[in-house]
Amino acid sequence: MSARIKEYRGTYVSRKDLEEGRVPAVRDKPEARYAWAAGVAMGRFLAELKEGRIIGRRCRRCGRVLVPPRMFCEWCFRPTDEWVYVRDTGTVLTYSISHLGPAAERIEEPIPIAVIQLDGASPGVGMLHKLGEVKFEEIRIGMRVKAVWKPPEEREGAITDILYFRPLKEGEGQEGGE
Amino acid sequence: MSALGVKRKVAVVGAGITLFRRRLKETGRELSFYAAKMALDTAGITLADVDAVVCGTAPDAFDGVHMKGEYLLDGMGGHKKPFVRVYVGGGTGVFTPIAAWWHVASGHFDIVLAVAEEKMSSCFPHPQKAFTTIFDPMLTRPLGANLVWIFALEMQRYMHVHGVKKEQIATIAVKNKRNAVDHPCAQLADPKITVQDVLNSEVMVWPVQRLDISPPSDGAAAIVLAAEHVAKRLTNDPVWIEGVGWCLDSTYWTNRDLYYPKYVEYAARMAYKMAGIKNPPKEIDVAEPYDPFDYKEAHHAEGLMLVRKGEYLKDVKDENDIFAKYGRDGDLPICPSGGLLGVGNPIAAAGMMKICEIFWQLRKEAGKRQVKNDPRTGVAQAWGDLMQVGTVVVMRA
Amino acid sequence: MERRVAVVGVGWSGFAPQTADLSYKELMFEAATRAYEDAGVDPRRDVDSFVTCAEDYWEGHSIFDEFVPDQLGAVMKPTCTVSGDGLYGLAMAVMQIQAGLFDVVAVEAHSKASDILTYEGLLRFAMDPIFTRPLGWHPYALAGLEMARYLYDTGALEEHCAMVVAKNKRNALANPLASYGAALTADDVLASKPLFEPLKELDVAPLVDGCVVMVLAAEEVARKLTDTPVWVLGMGWASETITPEARDWCRPIYAELAAGMAYDMAGITSPANEIDLFEIDDKFSYKELQHVEALGVCAYGEAARLLEEGVFERDGDLPVNPSGGCLGVGNLLEATGLHKALEVVLQLRGEAGRRQVPDAEVGLAQAWRGLPTASGAVVIFGVEKEVRA
Repeated sequence: MSARIKEYRGTYVSRKDLEEGRVPAVRDKPEARYAWAAGVAMGRFLAELKEGRIIGRRCRRCGRVLVPPRMFCEWCFRPTDEWVYVRDTGTVLTYSISHLGPAAERIEEPIPIAVIQLDGASPGVGMLHKLGEVKFEEIRIGMRVKAVWKPPEEREGAITDILYFRPLKEGEGQEGGE
Repeated sequence: MSALGVKRKVAVVGAGITLFRRRLKETGRELSFYAAKMALDTAGITLADVDAVVCGTAPDAFDGVHMKGEYLLDGMGGHKKPFVRVYVGGGTGVFTPIAAWWHVASGHFDIVLAVAEEKMSSCFPHPQKAFTTIFDPMLTRPLGANLVWIFALEMQRYMHVHGVKKEQIATIAVKNKRNAVDHPCAQLADPKITVQDVLNSEVMVWPVQRLDISPPSDGAAAIVLAAEHVAKRLTNDPVWIEGVGWCLDSTYWTNRDLYYPKYVEYAARMAYKMAGIKNPPKEIDVAEPYDPFDYKEAHHAEGLMLVRKGEYLKDVKDENDIFAKYGRDGDLPICPSGGLLGVGNPIAAAGMMKICEIFWQLRKEAGKRQVKNDPRTGVAQAWGDLMQVGTVVVMRA
Repeated sequence: MERRVAVVGVGWSGFAPQTADLSYKELMFEAATRAYEDAGVDPRRDVDSFVTCAEDYWEGHSIFDEFVPDQLGAVMKPTCTVSGDGLYGLAMAVMQIQAGLFDVVAVEAHSKASDILTYEGLLRFAMDPIFTRPLGWHPYALAGLEMARYLYDTGALEEHCAMVVAKNKRNALANPLASYGAALTADDVLASKPLFEPLKELDVAPLVDGCVVMVLAAEEVARKLTDTPVWVLGMGWASETITPEARDWCRPIYAELAAGMAYDMAGITSPANEIDLFEIDDKFSYKELQHVEALGVCAYGEAARLLEEGVFERDGDLPVNPSGGCLGVGNLLEATGLHKALEVVLQLRGEAGRRQVPDAEVGLAQAWRGLPTASGAVVIFGVEKEVRA
C-alpha cells in the first residue's frame, strides 16, 4: 500500500548532531582478534612467497593449475594432486586505479591494481595485486607484467613480499603462458 | 529441483519500510519495528497471528553487535517465536523472503514475517572500513583493499568485453536517481541529475566515480507471507511468490571472468523454471535488479536474461534513450523504485525494498512510481559476496 | 509432515582443542568428503542445496558464506548461511526439501575456536551495546546470575551442577570425539576456581575445534541411498530477547517452545517414555538441568533429584549426554547442535561403540546458542524398528 501510506518513519540525524552530542550515543570498540591457521595450502603458498616463488596446485582431472593453491578442486570436488610452481610474470586480465584507502579515505598517491593471470597457471586463473612503475594511461588489459619482490631479508611470508607488478621490458620474459 | 514440485502456494500480503538515510536516530531494533509494524498493519494482522519470523541483515560489523540477529529480534517480533536469521551478504534482502517462503511452502507455518534491517551508520570512521573484513585476510586485506576495488575491476571487464562506455553506464545512475524522486523513502533522489554530473563526480577507484555508487544507509523493510488459504482470507490482492532461486559461485573471484554474473543466471533459471517462465523479456513486466553501482543494473539485467549479454545499453547514448528503453512508461521498466542508487543501500533492507516495490507495483499501489504496462509478473534480484551470489524472486498478481 | 526427510550421511573432522595444521577450509573439505562418502553421493551431481551455519565474528570474516562453497562442492549451486546453530541449519534443510524445492541438502557447521584470540571479547560484543555492555561485566556474569537464581528457585545445589560435570566428563572418556574427558568427581568440580559465583571454572565447557557435515534426503531418495536412514521426526526452534532485564532467570522458555514445536510434529506426548536418549546443551553445567526440565523430560525442579538417582547416566533410564556433552566434547560454537545431532544419528544407527545406548530408536538433540542469547533449537530423530533387528 505504498501509495496509501502517508508516513514513513525514521529520523535523520547528521554527523555533526552525533559529534556535538545532540543525539545520545554509546561508543564501543570490539575486541575481535584472530590468528587464522593458514593450513596446508596457504601455509605453503606463504612460505614460498618468502623464498621469492609463487606456487599453485594442479588437479589432474580438470587439468587446472590453481593459484591461490588449495588442497581441493572446487569443480571436481576431489583433492588436488600436486604442487606446481608458476612464474612471476603474467598478463593483466583487468585493472583499476584506486584513489581510496581501506576506510574510504582519499589517498595521496592513487594505487593501480590488477588481476594478473600468472604464466603457468591455467587461463583465467588470476591473482590480485598492485601495479607499479607504470603510467596509468599506459595500463592495458593484456599487458605483460612481472613481479617486483621485496629483498629476501625483508620478506615475511605474506602477499606483500611482492611489492607490485611492473610492465615487462623489451626482451624480458616469455610471451604467453605454458 | 525436486521432481515433486512445490508443495504449497505462498503470497505476500503486506509490506512495510522505513526512510532510508545515511544516518537515522533510531536503533536497529526500532527501525525493524517500524518496518515490521507497517507490514503487519497493511496485512491486517497483529504479531499474535505471526507463526514465525525470518530475519535478514548483513555484516554484523556495521551495527556493531556480534550475533546481530539475536539483538535485533525484539524489534522484529521474534521474542518467543521461531526466529531465524539467514545471510548471503548483499543477496540477503531477496533471500530473506525466499527463506520465509520455504517456511510456509513446506507446510510448517501459515503466516511468516520477513524483516530486513541494516544500520551502517553505527560503524566508525566509515562503514567502508567494515567492508575490508569481507576480504581474504592473507591474500587481499594486506594489500589495503577497499570494497570498491572489486567493483572497479568488474566494471572494467564488463566495459572491455562489451565495448560499453562510461557515458552509457552513467545513464543508469541518472534514471534511478530521477525515479527515486517518487519514492517516499529515498535518500539520494535528484530530479535534475545528468550524465555529465556523474562523469564529473570524483573518481573513487577508476572507472568508478562517486555518483556511480549507491550510498551506505540505515533502514529496514519487511513483508508478510501467508499460505494460500490464509492469503485469500486476508486480502483480495495477494501477490504470489511464483519462483525462487539462488546460487553461489566460487570464493576465488580472481580465477573467474567477472564480465558476466553466471550465478545470477543460474539463480534466475531456477526461479523462472519454478514460475514456468520460458521467455523472460516477454513474460516479465517489471524488474528490480540489484543496482549498488550503475553498471551492476546492466550486469544483472543480462544475468536475469532480460536482455542478451552485453546488450543492456545497446543504442543507449544519453538520458533520453535509457528512459525510453527502461522507464516506467516502457515495455520493460527496470528499477522503477529508483533502486539502490536513488533510494539508498542499507544492504539487506535494500533488497527487501525491491521486493516491496514489486509487491506494490503488481498491486497497482505504487502511486507516482506505478509502471504503465499493467504488470502481472515481476522479478526482484539481489547480489552479494565477492561477486558471487545471486538471489531471485518472481512474483505474480 | 508429509514428505519425510532422513539423514543419509554424516562426516566430521577436527574435534581437538587445536587444529593449527589445517585451515577451516581444509577441515570442512575433510568433513564434507566423509559425509558424501557415507551418503554415497557426489555433491557436484547429487546434492541440490547447501546450508552452512556460521557467525561472522566467530570466523573473523564478514559475509562468511563467501568462503564456504568451494570446499563443500557447492560452487554454482544454491548455498546459504544460517546465522545460528547447526540444528537451525538442519531445520532449514528439512523445510527446503518439504517445500518441494530439493531432494538432497547438505548441512555444515564448524568451530575453529582456536583461530579466535578474544573469545570473551566477542561474547561481550554480542551483548546489548546500549544497556548491557556499558556495565563492563565479563559476559559469564549472566551465567552466574542465572545459575544462582535457578538453584534458589528449584532447591537444586551446586553439588548437582558439579555432578553434571563429573557425569559428562566421565561419559566423554568413551568418546573418541571428546577432547575433555576426565575421571573427575563432583568434589573436584566444587573445588575449581570460582568465576562468577556460584559458577566455577569446571562448570564451563571449554572451546574446541570441529566440523560436522550431514546429508539429508527426501524419503524416496533416502531409501535408495541407504539401508539405515535416520528420520527427522520433529523439529522446533525459538528465541527470546537477549535483554537480561526481560528474561526468566529460571526457565529457558526458548527450549520449552522449541521442544513443544518438535514434539507436536513428532506426535510425542511423553518425552520420557518415547525418547531413548537426549543430547542437550550443557555449555554451562546448570544448563543441562534447566534444559532437561524445559524439554519436559521431568517436571520443573526435578532434574537434580533424578540426576542423583542416576537416571541420566548412560546406562540409566533417561541417558542424557552419553557423548559427554559440551562439557566433555567441548564447546563447538555454532556446530554444537550439529554434533549433538551427529551423536544421536550414530546412536540410532548402532554405531556408537562403547557409548552405545542399547536399543536406541528415538533420540533428541537440543542446542542453545550460548551467551548472551536465549535462543535454541530441537531436532528429534528416529529409526524404524525393522531396520534395527
